[in-house]
Amino acid sequence: MQFDIFIIPFNIGLYFIIFYAVVRSIRWFRDLSRSDKLRLQRGFFGTPFGQSIKEIFLESLIHRKILKTNFRLGYMHLSLAFGWFLLIFFGTIEADIFGSKHLNAPYKAIFFKFFNPEHGRMGFEAVYSFWMDLILAFILSGLLLALLKRLTPGVVGMKKTTKLKTLDKVALTSLWLIFPSRLLAESFTSGTYGTGSFLTGTLGSFFASFLPVQELAYPFWWLYSLSLGTFFVLLPLTRYMHIPTEIFLIFAKNSGITTGDKLGAFSEMQTYSCSSCGICIDACQLNFSAGINNIQSAYLMKGIRNNQDVSDIAFNCLMCGRCDQKCPVGIELTPIRMIRRRAGESTISEKSIWKKYFPDRQIIPSAKPYIKPSYNWLPGTDPEKTDVLYFAGCMTHLTPAIISSMKKILEASGVNYNFMDEKGGVCCGRPLMLAGQDKEARELINYNSQLIWKSGAKTLVTSCPICYKIFKESYYLDVEVLHHTQFIKNLIEEGSLKLSFLRKRVTYHTPCDLGRGSGVYDEPKVVLNHVTRLQKSDFEDENSLCCGGSLANLKISYRQKKMIARDVAAELTKNNPDILATSCPLCKKTLAAATETKVADIAEIVAEAIVQPVLRKNIPDTFHRIKEPVNLI
Amino acid sequence: MGNFGFTLIKERHIDFDANDKSIAEYISDREPSFRICIECGCCSATCTSGNFTPFSLRELQILLRRGENNKVKDEIRKCMLCGKCTLVCPRGVNTRNIVMLAREAFQKQEKYAV
Amino acid sequence: MFSMDGQIVIVGGGAAGMESAGQLARSGYHVTLIEKETITGGHVRNWYHLFPDRRDSREVIKYFDDLINHKNITLLTGLKVEGIDKHGMSFIVNTNSGTEIKADAVILSTGFDLFKSERKEEYGYGIYDNVITSADLEVMFRKGEIKLHNGVIPGKIGIIHCVGSRDEKVGNLYCSKLCCVTAVKQAMEIKEILENARVFCFYMDIRMGGALYEELYRESQEKYGINYIRGKVSEVSVNIDNKLVIKAEDTLVGRPLKMELDMLVLMAGMEMSESSKSISESAGLATGENRFFSPADHHFGSNKGNVEGVFYAGTCTAPMNITETISHARAVVSDVIGYMNNGDR
Repeated sequence: MQFDIFIIPFNIGLYFIIFYAVVRSIRWFRDLSRSDKLRLQRGFFGTPFGQSIKEIFLESLIHRKILKTNFRLGYMHLSLAFGWFLLIFFGTIEADIFGSKHLNAPYKAIFFKFFNPEHGRMGFEAVYSFWMDLILAFILSGLLLALLKRLTPGVVGMKKTTKLKTLDKVALTSLWLIFPSRLLAESFTSGTYGTGSFLTGTLGSFFASFLPVQELAYPFWWLYSLSLGTFFVLLPLTRYMHIPTEIFLIFAKNSGITTGDKLGAFSEMQTYSCSSCGICIDACQLNFSAGINNIQSAYLMKGIRNNQDVSDIAFNCLMCGRCDQKCPVGIELTPIRMIRRRAGESTISEKSIWKKYFPDRQIIPSAKPYIKPSYNWLPGTDPEKTDVLYFAGCMTHLTPAIISSMKKILEASGVNYNFMDEKGGVCCGRPLMLAGQDKEARELINYNSQLIWKSGAKTLVTSCPICYKIFKESYYLDVEVLHHTQFIKNLIEEGSLKLSFLRKRVTYHTPCDLGRGSGVYDEPKVVLNHVTRLQKSDFEDENSLCCGGSLANLKISYRQKKMIARDVAAELTKNNPDILATSCPLCKKTLAAATETKVADIAEIVAEAIVQPVLRKNIPDTFHRIKEPVNLI
Repeated sequence: MGNFGFTLIKERHIDFDANDKSIAEYISDREPSFRICIECGCCSATCTSGNFTPFSLRELQILLRRGENNKVKDEIRKCMLCGKCTLVCPRGVNTRNIVMLAREAFQKQEKYAV
Repeated sequence: MFSMDGQIVIVGGGAAGMESAGQLARSGYHVTLIEKETITGGHVRNWYHLFPDRRDSREVIKYFDDLINHKNITLLTGLKVEGIDKHGMSFIVNTNSGTEIKADAVILSTGFDLFKSERKEEYGYGIYDNVITSADLEVMFRKGEIKLHNGVIPGKIGIIHCVGSRDEKVGNLYCSKLCCVTAVKQAMEIKEILENARVFCFYMDIRMGGALYEELYRESQEKYGINYIRGKVSEVSVNIDNKLVIKAEDTLVGRPLKMELDMLVLMAGMEMSESSKSISESAGLATGENRFFSPADHHFGSNKGNVEGVFYAGTCTAPMNITETISHARAVVSDVIGYMNNGDR
């Protein structure tokens, strides 16, 4: 009977973690909403199953997304995850083929060399031995990178590495001890018996020449078992919980479950799937431009997992979506942050160990909503009837060049339009939503919806992407909602606008709420290509930068915003374009203060290029030429 | 000798020493730019809500600093958080955060519990 | 050791440059005065009447012109200085035409630039017709007529203080000091040309920190009926009749104020001159957060900087009026003479 007491820690750890993973999965499944449960069942037993298996292989093991973003970091994760998988997989086959029986307890595979020290001298055994050594070497190369990454993050091309709590550090240590102790244990055993392949055999013979390898082997097998056991037992309390969770998450995601507005099993699964890889920290402009490095998504996830008060973290974010886009696990980081904003401050509670392993379903008492309506003093609405409503947006009133350009374009197009908020309108409601004040936002949404509905308009054109996003997502209007760049593109294609070509080199800055927030990438570029020489930039489309002016961040100071704006403006103007174009008044204001290059909205550029005579209808002559300074004497 | 002037009309005067300035302190601790407001009125001038109702952020800020909290508690709900004020402030006061903190402070203070 | 044969180069032919040139020349030193425009005089030439006593700027210009008409002064106009290189104890002054001029000491009197009011987009300069700056208004004063873009005489004129100063949003935290008294002066001048016009000044503070300034302010209220409204204008728009509509809060009354105006005058602040950027970079001259040259000492070293032999005079160090500029220029002369006699201080 192949048995030794040193395998007990390993056995305890392994059976515990299997048991734990099953129980936790059942709990999560139970906590899903009914429709989500159905989705998951369909996803598990239907076509998404294959998709999920493929994704588990490509992402959880191979870490393809991380490899694409950052090769060295990806290699590090790949070698540990995939390497360990290969070790287990081939180790099991090894025990199966070469062991005493065909079906073995797991420990026989893990500690194969201990129980079969004479194995591997020649023939197929030697080849197999070589293969196992190769896998181990693969893992150890990644381990070396991981160790270096803790000391100098630059070695994997990262600027910072995630900070760890104590329990994480203990688990990390035990994880790091696993493979070196396996290496040494196998080497000492190989040294004793004269077996082993290129790695273990060579090391074994080397050690045998000056160390008492026979005596040293046994303690290291103990160490191997203990480190494995410790790691498995501690796993649910640390960030390594992401290993089993990610698998369940992939099935859930591929079944079509989304985060939605509330906390639930799915959002909890996502917070546990975060491996703290740190890619979100590297992508975050608050980090590399303003030096703020304690509020990124990885820390939000960690704070949620540890039941800390995350309100300060939650509100200090530009909500630009860059981290969502780069997250290799595909966690919906921004929706989760929004959920925490709505909840306001949460309580910190000390938990017993049992509660740490099996936490209650996350229910945060949200701040008591204010009962009385906040905006019932708004005046009654009696708008003119019209076909097209133009809603400039609050911010646009502070960039009047956009308004006068849009007026010019609307007049030139000949549409029957009404300037909805000409004398000052009611805010669209999105700033309130971003601050988590959904109830108040709903009041404003109702008010504006009334106005829009009463006017009988078929189309709503807005100049502000912030407004655009909420009109599209939360207003439930049955009118066509267009950003003014989309409107202008339609006009050009219809032939309603005749434009000349301006010989100007233009770089386009995609606003976050229009780009990543609403998926409008092409229309602005089509319009710009029509009128100017649009240049390529390194930060385009989904990868574009955030200007820093975001309304979503309530906490940072103007100076910190300016640091972000300066970096972005410097990057976008590095090829010296004539104009830095954008399609958001807030972006325009923020970037204009940060660079000498002319910053203009697309509407302004188009207005300048209009060829047909403008119908004079009380529009001021928009481009008053500034006089040269005159000598008075 | 009689009671006249400040002591006679109690509601009229600002009893600075007796007033509760804890809300202002709550805000000032968390948002230092609260202290550098010079009451220029640019925020109130551009205010979206101010277009429709008598709402002046400048006035609310100064009332908080003087401890006249009662007048601010309900008024501060009128802000739409649109952010125009933050964009025009010449001193760089983070006005939106101040509104959020004021609302938070009022909710927390038992005396003014919603 | 230097002798009276020492060569001093003065960069910038405005008030400070001309004053220091004239005084140094009369003390016996050879001075080369370099001016980037084709004529000297700097900004003083662009003003009509000067505060506090409303005298004609041409008298001051004549004073300067006479002052620099001296055998010890070599005047070079139309030449822009790009940089200064220090070699041991002397300097090479590089100009844009390629000419290099040797100097034993250099005085930088590069002056200021007016804030470009287009940067304050919400005030509509360059977007709406009848929004002008204080400098544009001085041109009108010289012509003796104030007219709107379409030729009509304005009835209501607004003046906005602190445009480009005391404003974190445009990156200038400092006060430009002179705009308030300029606003008061210009308000009075408007009334002298247009008797029936009504003038409104929108301010955050009225800063009358100079001799006779406060008296001017009082006179503007008493004799000219200028209206002062305490409230920073947040934005300017136009209505259907092409009149300008401003939004401000009357902070002293505590209520929002809406007003239609025919014309709006923006009091543009002072900024460090753009042309001195290359000079300060080439010589490693320290500038402050306000981008003006940093003095070696705020009390007794305001004409000196961090490089030996390079001196400052006038508004390149901080906003100051013409009186202060002339005093500052006379002070630098004393520093330069001391330097030339002792070698190093």
